[in-house]
Amino acid sequence: MKNVYLLVRNAIVLVCMAMPAFVWGQAATLSGIITDPLGQTLPGVTVLLDGTGQGTISDIDGSYTLAFDNAGTYTVSYTYIGYMKTTTTITLTSGQNMKKDLQLQEDALLLETAVVVGYGTVKSKDLTGSITNVGVKDFQTGAVTTPEQLIVGKVSGVQITSNSGMPGAGSRIRIRGGTSLNASNDPLIVIDGVPIDNNGISGSGNALSLINPDDIENITILKDASAAAIYGSRAANGVIIVTTKKGFADKKLHINFSTTNSFATVTKMVDVLTADELRDVINTQGSATQQALLGDENTDWQSELYRLGIVTDNDITFSGGLKNLPYRLNLEYMQEQGVLDRSQLNRMGASLSLNPTYLNGKLKTEGNGKIFHTDNAFADQGSIGTAITFDPTQPVYDAASIYGGYYEWQNAGGLINLAPKNPLGLLNQRDDESNVNRFIGNLKFDLELFKDFHGIINGGIDMSRSNGTIVVPEEAANSYINGGVNNQYEQSKNNKLLETYFNYRKDLNKIKSRIDFTAGYSYQNWFREEPAFASLNFAGDTITPAGIPTETENTLISFYGRVNYNLNQKYLLTATLREDGSSRFSPDNRWGLFPSLAVAWLVSDEKFMSKSKMYLKFRAGYGVTGQQDIFNDYPYIANYDSSTSTAQYQFGDVFYYLLRPDGYDPNIKWEETTSYNIGIDFGFAGDKISGSLDFYKKITDDLLATIPIPAGTNFTNQILTNVGSMENTGVEANINVIAINKKDMGLEFGINGTINKNEITNLTKIEDPNSPGILVGGIDGGVGNTIQIQSVGYASNTFYTYEQVYDESGNPIEGEYVDQNNDSIINADDLIFGENPTPDFYAGFYASFRYKKWTAGFSLRGEFGNHIYNNIASTRGVYQNVPASGYMQNLTSDYLESNFQTYQILSDYYIESASFVRMDNISVGYDFGSVFKGNAGLSVSAICQNVFVISPYSGVDPEIAGGLNNTAPGIDKSFYPRPRIFSISANLKL
Amino acid sequence: MKNKLIFSAMLLALVSVTTPSCFNDLDLEPAYGLNSIAVYENPDNYIHVLAKIYAGLAISGNQGPAGNPDILGIDEGFSQYVRVLWNLQEISTDAVKCAWNDPGIPELNKMQWSSTNSFVNAMYYRIYFQIPLCNEFLREAADDKMDERGFSEADKSLIRSYRSEVRFLRALSYYHAMDLFGNVPFVTEENALGADAPKRIVRADLFDYIESELKAIESEIPSANEYGRATKGAVQTLLARIYLNAEVYTGTNRYSDCATYCAKVINEGGYSLEPVYDHLFMADNHQSNEIIFPVTFDGMFTQTFGGTTFLTHSTIGGDPMSAIDSSYFGVQFGWGGNRSTPQYAANFPDVDDARNMFFLDGQTLEFTEDAQLGQFVVGWPIAKWRNITSTGAVGSDATGNYVDTDFPMFRLADVYLMYAECAARGAGDVGLGLGYVNALRERAYGDAANNVGSITPESVLEERARELQLEGYRRTDLIRFGLFTGGDYIWAFKGGSFAGASVPEYLNLFPIPSSDVVANPNLIQNPGY
Repeated sequence: MKNVYLLVRNAIVLVCMAMPAFVWGQAATLSGIITDPLGQTLPGVTVLLDGTGQGTISDIDGSYTLAFDNAGTYTVSYTYIGYMKTTTTITLTSGQNMKKDLQLQEDALLLETAVVVGYGTVKSKDLTGSITNVGVKDFQTGAVTTPEQLIVGKVSGVQITSNSGMPGAGSRIRIRGGTSLNASNDPLIVIDGVPIDNNGISGSGNALSLINPDDIENITILKDASAAAIYGSRAANGVIIVTTKKGFADKKLHINFSTTNSFATVTKMVDVLTADELRDVINTQGSATQQALLGDENTDWQSELYRLGIVTDNDITFSGGLKNLPYRLNLEYMQEQGVLDRSQLNRMGASLSLNPTYLNGKLKTEGNGKIFHTDNAFADQGSIGTAITFDPTQPVYDAASIYGGYYEWQNAGGLINLAPKNPLGLLNQRDDESNVNRFIGNLKFDLELFKDFHGIINGGIDMSRSNGTIVVPEEAANSYINGGVNNQYEQSKNNKLLETYFNYRKDLNKIKSRIDFTAGYSYQNWFREEPAFASLNFAGDTITPAGIPTETENTLISFYGRVNYNLNQKYLLTATLREDGSSRFSPDNRWGLFPSLAVAWLVSDEKFMSKSKMYLKFRAGYGVTGQQDIFNDYPYIANYDSSTSTAQYQFGDVFYYLLRPDGYDPNIKWEETTSYNIGIDFGFAGDKISGSLDFYKKITDDLLATIPIPAGTNFTNQILTNVGSMENTGVEANINVIAINKKDMGLEFGINGTINKNEITNLTKIEDPNSPGILVGGIDGGVGNTIQIQSVGYASNTFYTYEQVYDESGNPIEGEYVDQNNDSIINADDLIFGENPTPDFYAGFYASFRYKKWTAGFSLRGEFGNHIYNNIASTRGVYQNVPASGYMQNLTSDYLESNFQTYQILSDYYIESASFVRMDNISVGYDFGSVFKGNAGLSVSAICQNVFVISPYSGVDPEIAGGLNNTAPGIDKSFYPRPRIFSISANLKL
Repeated sequence: MKNKLIFSAMLLALVSVTTPSCFNDLDLEPAYGLNSIAVYENPDNYIHVLAKIYAGLAISGNQGPAGNPDILGIDEGFSQYVRVLWNLQEISTDAVKCAWNDPGIPELNKMQWSSTNSFVNAMYYRIYFQIPLCNEFLREAADDKMDERGFSEADKSLIRSYRSEVRFLRALSYYHAMDLFGNVPFVTEENALGADAPKRIVRADLFDYIESELKAIESEIPSANEYGRATKGAVQTLLARIYLNAEVYTGTNRYSDCATYCAKVINEGGYSLEPVYDHLFMADNHQSNEIIFPVTFDGMFTQTFGGTTFLTHSTIGGDPMSAIDSSYFGVQFGWGGNRSTPQYAANFPDVDDARNMFFLDGQTLEFTEDAQLGQFVVGWPIAKWRNITSTGAVGSDATGNYVDTDFPMFRLADVYLMYAECAARGAGDVGLGLGYVNALRERAYGDAANNVGSITPESVLEERARELQLEGYRRTDLIRFGLFTGGDYIWAFKGGSFAGASVPEYLNLFPIPSSDVVANPNLIQNPGY
């Protein structure tokens, strides 16, 4: 830890010292001041010498100076996001110091901005698909430690739900609803042209959590299939393209330092009975045995677990150019101490990007390397659930306790096994630590082989090495029976990419056309290896012998092509075709073809609209995409599985390990999602009001689902197979308004909303009214209970419950359910289809305001029509949860409402509305402008995140992301709370 | 320009080299585990596949005790073969009421199951996990396959001997299918895997198939083998069992065939009664000469949450019982689930009977309200299954979780009582039958003082209730006597309420799971569901 810190510090010192040593011979200079239409100076404008990659950016006061080695004629371009690119040609004589001030024209709709799409860029104006591009300017601010949080609530059709408040926990991302039941519903994420491995890395919260958000230049979301189909079999859930910041060949060294320091507090805990309330309940209705167990303390167990969380995130970036080698180096150190005691994430990262240009601009190269090291301390999250119901009449510590001094439930025989263990003991007697090293890099060559014809090679690698240990001492009550824990794990991942593609762009002026043609080939391989370790107790004795190690890989080979055709600058057409071959499927089903077609019409450029000054574009698209991420690399192969040493069978005196054929579908293949999209983009009132509106329908066929198969035809009863269909239909809209745009004052706001309806349209071969569907959504309480169902005609994960009967005063009558089929028996035939966990409508609203040097902003986000199963109340708000003898447990306050004596776990009483409005972010900033005699720029801001939540939900937080691999969304079990975070952030530019 | 040419050449070379070679990369196979070709190429692997078929009766998956289940759709611990079979055979009757509220259990207690009941489904899919496994083995162990693979004569002869065991195990599972579900899907080694939906077979035809299979292997299978493996005695006992209830299955009684096969087992099998009744249900019961066919368990190497681990833990509950030193039951703590009804307890008039194993301390017997179904302290638990050896040593798992005790699927006492019942029905020697009943009573009481002077079918049923309590026979026995459904015999929670009520006759068969009715168009749901 300390060594790494020293290394980083030394590196910074070295770089700083080295920089001024380069002295440049100068023949001429070009300098000036850049302003916007209001006359304000514009810092950060990129001034580039065409064809060389050399350039500079304007200073804090809008001034720039560009130095030239030789006299001559040059083309200089000025670009800044939100403004029209301006190009001028100048001729310099030796020794001349030319002055050139410039006013950039606004491009409010960013129509001229090049947007990164798969395998190339397209000018925003020429886009035909439903694509949203979010740049630095619009990112969420504050203690944003994972990249996806940058765009929360900013994009219609995109739903981002953080998994929990755990440091580095990551998020669940859904673009236009999930298209699958049992395969992944995560979008494909591409960083600098390298599709990354979306599956988790052991010892790390989430695949994206290792990336430094400060490194990201912009995030492009390909929402509809006409845009995403170029990524073929992995694009059914949309594509998120992340582009990191790059350097350019400025002779001047730019240093940017930013720091964000935050503290975080828990805002809400589960409402439980106080010690006195519990004493009342037990003394009133408890047995003598129970009453005898009551203690005299008043312990608030939940409060004992939480602390003030502290986050510090520091970034320093060096950028500039060494001769014609533009570079950007970013170093980050982030430390997040979670609100749950002992949870911590430390991240150190370095990212270097070099993008030199050779052969007079004919060969562009780009190298990006990001290396991250994280140290994680995982707190025992079991303590969160235990603290809810641990008896508040008992003390935290017990001097006589042999279990590390923690109070524990005991009887004459010692520790009571079934009793919950002291939550603080769980937390403090477990060291669960991991470290992860990850490298993501790519090397890209773009050579103009002939005029307008480029050949591109992009090679990428994404490697991670992680390992972790879990140590619990012998005296810890939790593992007392085994004598503690001393376990370890390791994982290596190597993902490789090689792309070669060609691009040809040509203006055919004679026929007023432009074509842009891309065709290529891609090879990708994902490899994962996990050695097997025995599970040991603290002393090192084997508790469970090592199982079978994991080594698994899959390969994807693809051919793809795209044509963009632009007629008369008004009529646009994009057609793409991709063929994917995956090792996951048998040779017969291995190859799949994914076409798309989209057209757009720039109505506002027609003559009849020329006077309106309006911007109007119609878009229509169709595309086929696939999903092949099914969490198994060999689903089509008849595999025999060897049993573990604890699953053997005895013949005579010998135990034989078992060979079991696994159930499999030899004909398994990818899902296919066919999407239709109609959209309109508009801007009027001088582009002060702009927005878009999209209608879409996504139909998934060959839906991958785990379903029962005819008994006797396979080696198990349910297999993952292509069956059925599902539809997502929706409307999404967004509007941006620039309400005020004056020299000293500005006000801008945006709103976006999405309506999505999900329905399973087919799931079985035969229809039978007695078969409701496939039970999913495992819940706590009892064994094997489920609360959701996949059923035809309903949304995925629809709640499936008994209908509670209430008395006249509205209180639930315990054990009474509506007998739906009137057969006088309440059994599984009386379960009913209810609500579902996905929102019918979700929306975001954000506003930003500036006055002189002050800025302020906030963002709100809401989801409506989503429901949640309150599993905490259903298991812990019931008198039965206070055991009959031996030990005591607390009740949640819901008991005072329901007065349930026994578990009513499948009652719809526990289905609650989880609609909510959350203020994700509110901030105030002040820009000091130039400081240190004009040598530096300084800005500071204060931010509050997770400001408030308004929701009818009775639990802690209405936003529940659900488990891994699509499991159990909308079920509230114990949960690491999302804290409220207060941050101060400062940015210093040198 | 020169650079450009070099670069272009490199680009082309790279593309042309990588493209074709990469296509082979699409043929990937798992690094660990074996595919079906590799498994059966090695004759040494056959015994491990055979072990899996046997283990399908004992454990719930390939990772003990849980984590890699054989079947899905139910909690893995619940899905173990003996456990679900026992639940269907015992909890549905007067013998056992389970206090848990887990899905499917209240409906079993109250005889209110439907075609989505998770235990009914688990039993069905357990059976149809075993059968395709057997079919696959028989296909791969066929002579022509072994010839193709060039196995030695010694290997071939060994593998052939496994085949009759596999056919026995398949017949055993089909017997359970016939007894519980009646008219079911029918697949043999002739039906390739993953082919069309299986045909439906009606109960009487399935009876004929099971009978013919067992008779075919009766002469092939060895009379003696390693402990744990099926022998001629097991085949003959299974024949006796299908004949015993033949009238239920086919409409024609076969009591004389039953008596014939019981006599074969008794006279030729070489089995003898275990001298002490308790020892049959203890951790070293593998030493007993009474057990004809066991399902074996081991606290270290054959771990499961089902089987005898379930049977032992689930009957322990309540304060006084839980407070008993763990050296008595040999497990750390009870699960507080299964106890009996007053109606069943009435079969045990004598405390001197070693088979009277009710635990009374802290328990009340009579159910007086519906809510007591969920209260373990009402009803009497039967402290029969233990994880202690006959010499008092605790089982091998030091954590006290997993039990060593084997489950006697067939034992000699059942054969004695089957013979006695057939004799009492006029299909055997009554004197012999009476002798067999008294042999069991002498063992239970320690002397002949409580021997009986005569037997009737009904008295044998009562003797079965005592001798074979909690061994998974009860439902089948009650059905044979017409007492399981209807109103002739009422017990607590029969039909739903604590007082008990008559239930319709269709409940004699469990429903075909609705999930299979949906998946297999050849199936017809059993009447009433």
